[in-house]
Amino acid sequence: MTDVYDVVIVGSGHAGAQVALALLQRKFAGSIAILTEEHVLPYERPPLSKEYLTREKPLDRILIRPAAFWAERGVSFRHGFRVVALDPEARRVICASGERVGYGALVWAAGGRPRMLPDLPAPLANVHVLRNVEDADRLMAGLEAAQRVAIVGAGYIGLEVAAAGAVLGKAVTVVEAADRVLARVSGPALSRFLVEEHRARGVDIRLSATLAGIEAGAGRVTALRLSDGARIACDCLIVGIGVAPAVAPLLAAGARGGNGVWVDPFCRTTLPDVFAVGDCALHANPFADGREIRLESVQNATDMAKVAARTLMGDPAPCEEVPWFWSNQYDLRLQSVGLVAGHDTEILRGRPEDRSFSVLYLRDGRLCAADCVNAVKDYVAARRLVAGGTRLDPARLADAATPLKEMIPAAAVC
Amino acid sequence: MATIYVCDREGAERSIQGTDGFSLMETLRAGGFEEILAICGGCASCATCHVYVDAAFLEKLSPMSLDEDDLLDASAHRRPESRLSCQIRVSDALDGLRVTIAPED
Repeated sequence: MTDVYDVVIVGSGHAGAQVALALLQRKFAGSIAILTEEHVLPYERPPLSKEYLTREKPLDRILIRPAAFWAERGVSFRHGFRVVALDPEARRVICASGERVGYGALVWAAGGRPRMLPDLPAPLANVHVLRNVEDADRLMAGLEAAQRVAIVGAGYIGLEVAAAGAVLGKAVTVVEAADRVLARVSGPALSRFLVEEHRARGVDIRLSATLAGIEAGAGRVTALRLSDGARIACDCLIVGIGVAPAVAPLLAAGARGGNGVWVDPFCRTTLPDVFAVGDCALHANPFADGREIRLESVQNATDMAKVAARTLMGDPAPCEEVPWFWSNQYDLRLQSVGLVAGHDTEILRGRPEDRSFSVLYLRDGRLCAADCVNAVKDYVAARRLVAGGTRLDPARLADAATPLKEMIPAAAVC
Repeated sequence: MATIYVCDREGAERSIQGTDGFSLMETLRAGGFEEILAICGGCASCATCHVYVDAAFLEKLSPMSLDEDDLLDASAHRRPESRLSCQIRVSDALDGLRVTIAPED
């Protein structure tokens, strides 16, 4: 016998959990099941590279909702359930164990898996990625025994783990192939500032550094060799080079996609009654000029989940939320809004040496993104300015003495 | 242990028990309110745990930081009694606190 649920959600990250929450909030009367590879209830992922990693917050404090919440509302969980195939005609998914689950509607929120170094010899005991709580627990155990920590990739995960490692007293080296950190998501002014901050805390950051080889012995990495001849000895290696979307079963079933599974503005895939949300959903984003992108963020997961729940319940509204993101490293609060791509002007507002400043990105005189460091006022105003899309005066934007709020057109001020 | 009375977005009120040392946001989340998004998990980086606090209790709460004040400005529904629930630490002194979950932005 095949179990059948009105809504089957694949994945229990922020996106999957939020689909269930949004359905409950809208008084969805049908049955809901969450199929997940994970063995614990939905939890927040951002702390895994921050307070969870430094043992300031245990798992029960980062659960998105407590166990009783899900149980009282009849949300079924299937843990350790890896979906390997999808039969859109029969409306069911097939698990690695052979078990089948039928659906009225399917919401794919499977996220992705961290990319691994392509030429790593065999599984090595002290090589880590960081995506889920199992990764984090393994990394925490590894860090305890390690003194020299090497990190490949200076994206958010790499930098946050570097900060946590430095706080824990480790000797941390970050190896980045690009000539600056956060190259994929931010401008050079922010990159320069963050490199200086990390270096001031003793983190060794190697830019334009490509891996030439990995030395291993007794099933463990012992050193990285860089193409410039440098050798970085390490007891623990963390690989933070991005995520590959987990969408193979959908694509195999005929869904349109490639780098992720394609969805329309209502989170519908090209398969009937199959939706996708979160990190794995390839969508035309109004803040990326309509380009098809994936966004890996809690905000995007949450907003797409709400959109999918509305579509499912016959009250559709397109997804058009301004992307935003945050990162905490040391005592730095970085808040970003919009998407850094295709801008023609970068404006520095405030002084990085004051450790409170913003970088504003403009295209055709309109604010398309902002990175704000310890500058919450700027961030709050920038969200309105990015959403509003009005033409702005670069000279005024650069003047930190003039609040950004004053540049919001009167009609947009609440 | 503090008893906290919570009014949800539909106007229904029920009470929940607070745990000393936890934030009000964590308490609301544990208390089963779907509406509390708390996207940033309580690190004061968003404003998705916005509540209105009964005026009688405003002075018993830890004062608002500049960051919290700025973040609340992001809400179209800000009122004088607005707070971010992640910035309120629950203690016995808050026994009887009444809060209302602010509308979604």
